[in-house]
Amino acid sequence: MKLQFFLALLATTAALIVTPGIYAADITGAGATFPYPVYAKWADAYKKQTGVRMNYQSIGSGGGIKQIKAKTVDFGASDKPLTLEELEINGLTQFPTVLGGVVPVINIDGVKQGQIRLTGTVLADIFLGKIKRWNDPAIAGLNAGIDLPASNITVVHRADGSGTTFLFTDYLSKVSPEWKEKVGADVSVAWPVGTGGKGNEGVANFAKQIKNSIGYVEAAYVKQSKMNYVQLQNHDGAYVIPTEDSFKAAAANTQWDKAPGFYEILTNKPGQNSWPITGATFVLMHKSQVNPAQALAVLKFFEWAYASGDEMALELDYIPLPDSVVQLIESSWEANIKGKDGKAIFSVKH
Amino acid sequence: MSKIHFAAKLKRQLLFDRIFHKVTWFFTFVVFALLAALIGSLIIGSIPTIKAFGFDFLVSADWNPVTEKFGALVPIVGTLITSMIALSIGIPVSFGIALFLTELSPPWLRRPLGTAIELLAGIPSIIYGMWGLFVFAPLFAQYIQPWLQDTLGQVPGIGFLFEGSFMGIGMLSAGIILAIMVIPFIAAVMRDVFEIVPPMLKESAYAFGATTWEVIWHVVLPYTKIGVVGAIMLGLGRALGETMAVTFVIGNAHQLHTSLFMPGNSIASALANEFTEADGELYTSALIELGLILFFITFVVLAFSKILLVQLKKREGTAT
Repeated sequence: MKLQFFLALLATTAALIVTPGIYAADITGAGATFPYPVYAKWADAYKKQTGVRMNYQSIGSGGGIKQIKAKTVDFGASDKPLTLEELEINGLTQFPTVLGGVVPVINIDGVKQGQIRLTGTVLADIFLGKIKRWNDPAIAGLNAGIDLPASNITVVHRADGSGTTFLFTDYLSKVSPEWKEKVGADVSVAWPVGTGGKGNEGVANFAKQIKNSIGYVEAAYVKQSKMNYVQLQNHDGAYVIPTEDSFKAAAANTQWDKAPGFYEILTNKPGQNSWPITGATFVLMHKSQVNPAQALAVLKFFEWAYASGDEMALELDYIPLPDSVVQLIESSWEANIKGKDGKAIFSVKH
Repeated sequence: MSKIHFAAKLKRQLLFDRIFHKVTWFFTFVVFALLAALIGSLIIGSIPTIKAFGFDFLVSADWNPVTEKFGALVPIVGTLITSMIALSIGIPVSFGIALFLTELSPPWLRRPLGTAIELLAGIPSIIYGMWGLFVFAPLFAQYIQPWLQDTLGQVPGIGFLFEGSFMGIGMLSAGIILAIMVIPFIAAVMRDVFEIVPPMLKESAYAFGATTWEVIWHVVLPYTKIGVVGAIMLGLGRALGETMAVTFVIGNAHQLHTSLFMPGNSIASALANEFTEADGELYTSALIELGLILFFITFVVLAFSKILLVQLKKREGTAT
């Protein structure tokens, strides 16, 4: 009796261990926190349809890059794309998954949502600490007819390293030579002024609590917390508000086919309707795969997500990639990701 | 027959004793090994920054991940100042609480009050952080900061500490939240040590006609000073290493300000904020060296308290 039980247990254990070899294994990924909600939602729906589990740990982009380099996960995720050189050195390839926008938010009594207009250089000067008061001529000049207080501006930024900060500072570097020289662009920077909040929630809370403050958060938080956003002047000189359409316009005006390694940061893109601080989040994979079946499982997951995940992404305020970009990405898989024998793992359906 | 049996039993017991001895010795050894491994890995992890910046790391206020220039001055100063604020508020209040509970409180109130304080000590620090950010900071900015600026801010010499706009977050807020967090710890330990003073000693003093204050100052405190210093060190240890609650209210800015109203940073909150996204060897290494510095500060504090206790013991008997 006991022996039978033991044997049954052994058989079950063996089956559990062997099963992933026969069917597709669980997919593991780690990295950026920004896309975590949509990856989790996709994973849940994908599990219901195919039975394949996708396990994503949102440990931060820095952690994601380290994990994929160490090959402890099937894919890494980063909000900041790696440069071609970095990809080359580590034998990695990358592709974007979804888009999002970064929005400057303000808290001034009596000012309505989307009423204040700012240009990129004025925004940079505020974050440089050069423009200190809301009624500074540089701001007042853009906002005739709005009663701006003579109060000090309190700048709120992220305290933790973040892809949101990378997009925001990348934009400021593109529009202000002084910002580029003094501060630069990265996931965390040496802020000349201001106070730091932890996470988007932290910045959103500080911006809500501190009167006459300005901060920046992901677009989804503006909606959730009903924050007061600003109009920004884009590359073409038009003032735009942060909406799904203006993020999509920025994506549509990006020439992904001319960006090797999909190294594209969607800030300050041309186009009348483009929101100037838009960006993609990226997935990193090794070009040479020891276990082709596992790599194929990852690619099949993202293929499915591109094809049927748009609705879910939009529900969570992410912007899906245009179909033309998806085609480029899938061709890049076929061209770049190979097994030990040099054969392509993924083949594009024609 | 029974003699042999007895000898065997004795032998067996001796063996058990020996095994038990070895096992306890092993556990103690594990603690030391862990400590050594921890220090070792912190030192190895900080080698890149030690090589790159050397001693400058301790005195530079730069913290620039873009150009990879790092200095620990801002977090070190922030850690020390917030802990000092916490202790300067926490020690007198805890002392008062402990004295009230052991000497002055009516007996029926002792148990509920004591339990309440122990409960406060058990609250997770993130709760203090959230409370600090959502409840304390707005009230602090609206009422207390303007009042402080109008009163203490006008005093020559220390007025500069209370300059700036009222944000509700910053070094002073972090120090006050820390004070609230360390008070239960210090008060609970102080109460326990005050309770062990033999009633005979106190009663003798009262019999000589001493006032309550005199009994506390000349009998209770000298009898319990080791425990009191221990309680303060426990509080200081918590204040130095506190992470989440401080992160919420300190403002997390790598800037040096003279005003306590302005944002700063502490070692623990810099680590909590920046470790996940730190890419590049130097950045990670700078954060690890920050950890090493915090370790060192804690060590110095402990060593200092031991020396203080030895000094106190030496003077025993000579003081009247």
